[in-house]
Amino acid sequence: MLDATPQALVQVRDLKMYFPIYSGVLRRHTGDVKAVDGVSFDILQGETLGLVGESGCGKSTVGRALLRLYDPTAGSVTIDGDDIAKLSPEALRRKRPTMQMVFQDPQASLNPRMTLADIIGEPLVEHTAWTAERRLERIHELMDAVSLNRRFANRFPYEFSGGQRQRIGIARALALNPKFIVCDEPIAALDVSIQAQVVNLLEDLQDRLGLTYLFISHDLSMVRHIADRVAVMYLGRIAELSPRDALYANPLHPYAEALLSAVPEPDPNHAARRTRIILKGDVPSPANPPKGCNFSTRCPRVFDRCRVEKPDLVQVEPGRLVACHLHARDTKPAGSTGRPEATELFQQGAPT
Amino acid sequence: MPDGGQSVLDVRDLVTVFRTRGGEVHAVNSVSFHVERGELLGVVGESGSGKSVTMMSLIGLLPSPPADVRGGEVWLDGRDILKISADALRDLRGARVGFVFQDPMTSLNPVFTVGNQIMEPLIRHLGMTRERARLRAAELLDLVGIPDAAKRLGAYPHQFSGGMRQRVMIAIALACDPDVLIADEPTTALDVTIQAQILELVKDLRAKLGMAIIWITHDLGVIAGIADRVMVMYAGQVVEQAPVKELFGNPQHPYTRALLKTIPAISGPREDRLQVIEGQPPIMGAPPVACAFRSRCPHAFDRCHRENPQRRAIDGLPLGQGHDVACHWGATHV
Repeated sequence: MLDATPQALVQVRDLKMYFPIYSGVLRRHTGDVKAVDGVSFDILQGETLGLVGESGCGKSTVGRALLRLYDPTAGSVTIDGDDIAKLSPEALRRKRPTMQMVFQDPQASLNPRMTLADIIGEPLVEHTAWTAERRLERIHELMDAVSLNRRFANRFPYEFSGGQRQRIGIARALALNPKFIVCDEPIAALDVSIQAQVVNLLEDLQDRLGLTYLFISHDLSMVRHIADRVAVMYLGRIAELSPRDALYANPLHPYAEALLSAVPEPDPNHAARRTRIILKGDVPSPANPPKGCNFSTRCPRVFDRCRVEKPDLVQVEPGRLVACHLHARDTKPAGSTGRPEATELFQQGAPT
Repeated sequence: MPDGGQSVLDVRDLVTVFRTRGGEVHAVNSVSFHVERGELLGVVGESGSGKSVTMMSLIGLLPSPPADVRGGEVWLDGRDILKISADALRDLRGARVGFVFQDPMTSLNPVFTVGNQIMEPLIRHLGMTRERARLRAAELLDLVGIPDAAKRLGAYPHQFSGGMRQRVMIAIALACDPDVLIADEPTTALDVTIQAQILELVKDLRAKLGMAIIWITHDLGVIAGIADRVMVMYAGQVVEQAPVKELFGNPQHPYTRALLKTIPAISGPREDRLQVIEGQPPIMGAPPVACAFRSRCPHAFDRCHRENPQRRAIDGLPLGQGHDVACHWGATHV
């Protein structure tokens, strides 16, 4: 579904999302939880960017800040030409149809007192002036698209299984013909046999409607299946952003390497042969990240520079961006034209 | 019937039914298995397959009503523990059978120190003095890899991270040196790198302590790396049981095969499209009279709709010792 020259539909630049900490009797602002601390990436038209990391790394916060469900602390998010972070409330409202979200928990994200038709039709009520008949027609169309029987239109969410509820969530997200959908752990709450159904549906819809996805997940095997490129986050920053095959074959950032090696493989023969990198300790608090590289406290290959200086996300191979001093040392100038600009750099991360 | 030669725990034809307002739900339908000293038995299945309910029924952890353990035998230590008194069962739990639950936050008491919670079974079951129990608790924390153990005894659960809390849970479960440790999705709530730490810890502890472990999970990857033998459950029944390499290398039940194919690979060739198992797992309103997987099975034929398949050995070994499967498909020409 990619054009010959894919354009970036979403451009994120130096996005920061801090949550203030108030403490003491006077509730003074004493610090910030730096959930997202300077994140930049592009998502190309029609591609799926996987965003992986462990709980608390800020991946969901990125997804929410992208759609301005949070007001970002700093940085810009350009979706289809508009800087979402700076739009006025009315302009933002008009922009909403282009960007939608599928949430993790289909139980919590569907109003239990609304029928399926009400849930799927609500965006249409909000953003169109259509008649009830026209809306119902669209609701039926959407139900067909996600393989829900039209007869179910007047039922309530509790009558459906987890996988079916996630289909309802997807139908609602599709109602206004969005270009960009943030899928925040859309399969995490589902059983394995149902996960595959939902992922196949997301892929079919992408092919048919030319959608662009940000697929947030902690399931590295599923991300390998669905994503074109993958960003690995750790403690509010991107550690590595690489094309999928390159990342899984040869992760460059030590965290990406450890994360991939920790995924249990459903093959007892292979599991016995594999060398696992066992990281020591836990993720530090995002309220008080380490001084140098965020990963320096757990990195098996840490050296002095890592403890004092935060590495920038730079291109170390064509299309591969890594934030690690190990790789920064032998950074070559980016290409023959020596493009210094970040914007250009990110676009080289295009899938081929 | 499983041979009880060196079995630490031997479960036969266990039946558990829940009485709900909507009628009965047959959650465990004649489940038999055993686990041997030093062995790790993996129990795999999707939510609702009855894997947790099976384990909780056998040590009397289900509230009754609604749960009703209606039949079967559970042999532990020469006794059928389904038939002993509630008091006797309470003595067994914690002392001979350790339990680790999925969510370490909700299974630890937030208002007691970690030390207190590890000391409780030591005092309750082993009759230790507080001083003695405190020393043993520090040893246990050290055993599960918590640094500076003696000092951390005074800490509360909220002062620990998720992985550390699960280590504390394991320390509590191991406190009385149980014969069997039942671990119910112990790493599901943890991140992969922390999960890897816990898996290493369990492998290490097994080598040191040699107790039998029953590990319940829906994650086939975890099972492949840790189990000796695997039991696959579907709709409250054991549909396949085999040594781990045999199960992954030569799966027989269409459900096991499909399950293995639905998970995308982390290495090797990447599939274009994921295999799916169409439909939903059934809710068992009555004891099974036909194969519970028939409506989702690509191989189902008339017999599957008439008769619930019984487990049969495919390698000539006694049931429970080798590889067995509960499926009519392929049975016809045996």
